[in-house]
Amino acid sequence: MGTIQPKVSEPVSDELALVQAAKEGDTAAFEELVRRYDRNVFRIAQHITQNREDAEDVVQDAFLKAYGNLKQFQGQSKFYTWLVRIAVNEALMKLRRRRPERMISLDEDVKTEEDSVPREVADWSPNPEQLYSQGELHEILSKTIQGLPPSFRTVFVLRDVEGLSTEEAAEALDLSIPAVKSRLLRARLQLRERLSRYFQKRNGGDGTQ
Amino acid sequence: MKCSEFLQELTNYLDGVIDARTRSELEDHLAWCHNCYVVCDTTKKTIEIYRGSELYELPEDLRGRLRSAMMSKCKAKKATGPEGE
Repeated sequence: MGTIQPKVSEPVSDELALVQAAKEGDTAAFEELVRRYDRNVFRIAQHITQNREDAEDVVQDAFLKAYGNLKQFQGQSKFYTWLVRIAVNEALMKLRRRRPERMISLDEDVKTEEDSVPREVADWSPNPEQLYSQGELHEILSKTIQGLPPSFRTVFVLRDVEGLSTEEAAEALDLSIPAVKSRLLRARLQLRERLSRYFQKRNGGDGTQ
Repeated sequence: MKCSEFLQELTNYLDGVIDARTRSELEDHLAWCHNCYVVCDTTKKTIEIYRGSELYELPEDLRGRLRSAMMSKCKAKKATGPEGE
């Protein structure tokens, strides 16, 4: 069984030059950085907040905060990792504002015995995503990921959707590498478990409806 | 290898960050344990479906609006001088 290939290619080498120019007040250089990463920041924000308006605010707040603090960026990490760290914090703040009754923290490590023990072991249809229209599929995926604790879906979106390495995700989230790995494993298994309801082979056996 | 041990290594296995010996132990386990095979295969599909889904893509018109709003704020900030100067 093959491994999962990273989605994001390495950033191009002119990035540090863009950051340097932006630091010196070149707004066109900063705009180029916005163009490079606005879609990623939006996806991350919407995965975490599960709210479109909040995600729009997070994009603006995160880039403006990055712009205002560019001098703090020393270049030890990639600009993107630094930006993701800002965006995740902004997104978690939004979430806390909407759900003040719940403690929302990246340290949240919901430990239950059964969450890593697969119960659903029926095989899926060969092309499960084709069982549904794109709109239905998006609704299923969105509803499913909403059910995960915020700390799990944050790790999942950074590692598996955006393709950050374990080390980059740990840096962006200020978590240890074992903590990232443990949350990622449980996020993946819980999503798999929940998606099985929709994607497992029908009784007919060929997966068609 | 027990199923619980297989699960503990599943993330490393799917990410391809595992030494050759552990990989071969995991693959031996997969060869006879149908449940772990299904869990491994469907976990991999879970990741691929989310990655390929284009869920939460930023629409181009909204993208343009957000960018122009951000850039005018950046330019205003530049005109008044960045912090610390």
